[in-house]
Amino acid sequence: MNLQTTLRADLVEAAVEERAESFSATGKKIGDVILDVKNISLSFGGVKALTNISFNVREHEIRAIIGPNGAGKSSMLNCINGVYQPQEGSITFRGQTFRHMNSHQVATMGVARTFQNLALFKGMSVLDNIMTGRNLRIKSNLLLQALRIGPAEKEEIQHREFVERIIDFLEIQAYRKVPVGQLPYGLQKRVDLGRALAMEPRMLLLDEPMAGMNVEEKQDMCRFILDVNDEFGTTVVLIEHDMGVVMDISDRVVVLDYGKKIGDGPPDDVRNNPEVINAYLGTSH
Amino acid sequence: MDTTFPRLLLQHAAQRPQDAAMREKEYGIWQTITWAGMAELVRSIACGLHDAGLQPGEHMVVIGANRPRLYATMLAAQSLGAVPIALYQDAAAAECAFPINNADVRFAVAEDQEQVDKLLEVRPQCPQLQAIYYDDPRGLRNYSETGLHSLDALVAVGAVYAKEHPEFFPAEVEKTRADDVASMFFTSGTTGNPKGVVHTHRTLLDRARAGSDFDRLTHREEVLAYLPPAWIGQNIFSYAQWLDCGYVVNCPESASTVAIDLKEIGPTYYFAPPRIFEGLLTTVMIRMEDAGWLKRTMFHKCMDLAKRVGPALRDKKPVGTLDRIKYAIGNLLVYGPLRNNLGFSRVRVAYTAGEAIGPDLFTFYRSIGVNLKQLYGSTETAVFVCLQPDDQAKADTVGVPIAGVEVKVSETGEVLVRSPGLLKEYYKNPAATAEVLTADGWYHTSDAGFIDAQGHLKIIDRVKDVGRIQGGPNDGAMFAPKYVENKLKFFPYIKEAVAYGDGRERVCVMVNIDFEAVGNWAERRNLPYAGYTDLAQKPEVYELIKECVQKVNADLSVDDLLAGSQISRFLVLHKELDADDGELTRTNKVRRGFIAEKYQVLIDALYGGKTEQYVQTQVKFEDGRTGSVSATLRIVDTTVFHPVKAAA
Repeated sequence: MNLQTTLRADLVEAAVEERAESFSATGKKIGDVILDVKNISLSFGGVKALTNISFNVREHEIRAIIGPNGAGKSSMLNCINGVYQPQEGSITFRGQTFRHMNSHQVATMGVARTFQNLALFKGMSVLDNIMTGRNLRIKSNLLLQALRIGPAEKEEIQHREFVERIIDFLEIQAYRKVPVGQLPYGLQKRVDLGRALAMEPRMLLLDEPMAGMNVEEKQDMCRFILDVNDEFGTTVVLIEHDMGVVMDISDRVVVLDYGKKIGDGPPDDVRNNPEVINAYLGTSH
Repeated sequence: MDTTFPRLLLQHAAQRPQDAAMREKEYGIWQTITWAGMAELVRSIACGLHDAGLQPGEHMVVIGANRPRLYATMLAAQSLGAVPIALYQDAAAAECAFPINNADVRFAVAEDQEQVDKLLEVRPQCPQLQAIYYDDPRGLRNYSETGLHSLDALVAVGAVYAKEHPEFFPAEVEKTRADDVASMFFTSGTTGNPKGVVHTHRTLLDRARAGSDFDRLTHREEVLAYLPPAWIGQNIFSYAQWLDCGYVVNCPESASTVAIDLKEIGPTYYFAPPRIFEGLLTTVMIRMEDAGWLKRTMFHKCMDLAKRVGPALRDKKPVGTLDRIKYAIGNLLVYGPLRNNLGFSRVRVAYTAGEAIGPDLFTFYRSIGVNLKQLYGSTETAVFVCLQPDDQAKADTVGVPIAGVEVKVSETGEVLVRSPGLLKEYYKNPAATAEVLTADGWYHTSDAGFIDAQGHLKIIDRVKDVGRIQGGPNDGAMFAPKYVENKLKFFPYIKEAVAYGDGRERVCVMVNIDFEAVGNWAERRNLPYAGYTDLAQKPEVYELIKECVQKVNADLSVDDLLAGSQISRFLVLHKELDADDGELTRTNKVRRGFIAEKYQVLIDALYGGKTEQYVQTQVKFEDGRTGSVSATLRIVDTTVFHPVKAAA
């Protein structure tokens, strides 16, 4: 059974390799491998969160990581993001290999993320929250910024302009000045995405972007993810619970179960993979 | 008025090139387009369209929200002698097919991806639709359909053409004539296919001028364009009068920011249908209920005073000195800040029309110092027929006939209008034209009404809807469903009502609760509910609605004509009536006949004397999918009052 799956996965990978330079279903161009995760293992004391996980992400694609509760999806994202340090394995991002990364370094390299349990500044306005995403791009020092003199003012105007484009893109103009804490959950998620986009990331890590949303909000979010991917060519790695959403928008899917990879490939292959069906689709979690 | 829209544009551009013509909020900043800039944009688009093959006399479609470039497209089409047709931006794809085919449209300009998708969807049924231009390129990058281009590309091509043929555009504009067809508007129509109402430059501009004269509008007005451009009212306020007076039209950032933009712009000339004024008032009231004790007391005290003396002050009637002083203090503390908050601090003239407005609602705005008035008109009359003078605004009339207009009431009670602004014809529909436009020049409005002692026109209902009660104690009494429905809708808790009674023994009503208002009311009373359907069926809510119905009955019982229209039974519907389900028109009017068919079981239950009825209804979601809602609805009897004959 196990051997079969491995073989199958290999076949799928070969097939994907073949289509790598071709166009994806939406007509966009999928590029080279931008992120390569090799043999990652992570444990907390005696609990093995991830065991020997390998997969890669190609430039401009939407890559989903799915799996039942506790499968290790968020842990995987946290490894890529540098929040957790895996005991084994390596991560290669844009040609540079790391044993482990730290989050600041990851951010400077162009990886942004959103959080499952929103980590926004509730008392600050939508505008200010998204502005914080520009933090890494602001060059002038604290003193100049505080006094708003010299280059600081010019810089702020430039950054504000960029943020305004994101606000327009995410269609949250009506909430520009509203404190984030007063917004409904679906909109807060959008602001979270906006802040990540403000970093002008090469790669976007989305941790359950659609958790807790109603159907309409989910559809909106799907459209924004596809639009981000389409307009800016941003590579998207997303964790998601909702199978329907994943199958509709992602180019390739990795399936985790109890910290192990049990499937990898285009949505249709994953959907038909018996082990995935057993682990995830067949049982209700 | 021997001029045309494009000529007026060039006039403004020549006389005051650097003045603002339009503004649009983009990326958080109001961006100004000057008259010169507008003229240049129109020239480029016109040249581009000419280059693409748009012929004089041909119709083209514009679909989208209020964007300067879409208005520029309309002007460009008119410059070439072509006829722009604006379509409702929230119409479903299938609804767009009829106008496109009816008018043989080959060219369309769409606002964004949403509109482009719709046009592409109907394209197989409209093979002649060869070119679609889009304003906002977002999401359209990977579309490869033939004939789909960006408006930017069209403008670029046009700019080159204009440079090579500098004489072309002015010559084309020079060729336009006042009696040429300027625009076509498709009326929503409660039955059958929509009809294309054809207007010339002269009809639209004559009425625009008459309206501007009546209210002494100047080029200094500020207007917010936020209603659908496909509606003739929007066209008059943000296009015809814009070009006639040369004032500034402001386009909001998006549909959801209208309230914010309104406050920022502070328009001086404003139009809104009653439901918008009602929505604003509901928000104010809800926020006031949540405010602290001091603010709430101050608000209510001041509003009591305003209700007493505000309208009189507006109507320039005598008011005591003490009251004047009190009102001035109230203005400082409450009315002024309130007007500012609503975005009405600079409003000089505000109009409402389209539906009857509740007396309380109407008085509220006038009492806080907003010059709110009513007008009467329709697509066929280029809007302005009757307007209320500044000091004669009343909640139950629609004003006096203005310059150029004659109004009379036929023997059947129908209002007839003769005016220079009447439609030229219904497009390709001489039978329908002959029906409404008789040889003697009178337009038959199909509204039932009369002219009151002060010369104001008062509308009761549609002629065809006015019926008779048959059998029972009120046999033969007049029944005006809309009149009854409106009286119900004046209560904040009732969003929609549908009344039946023609040819029946008594009047029964189906009611839609206002989710926001009733929800808030329920919360205040600690009444838990799971959602719309659940809330609608709460016995407490039924009690609340019953009170409203009985107040209406009491009110009707003193009316000479309509005492027989009192409501004997009612039910509260389990779902909101929706245009997507065909229950309302796109302009939010109830389609009584359709609803009666769709909810036949409910009608039977109402008249059959049942106390409850199970019903299951298909609903269409905004994305086109369907689902169903089911519930057991309770039916309640109400008290009917003896008619009180008003002492003559």
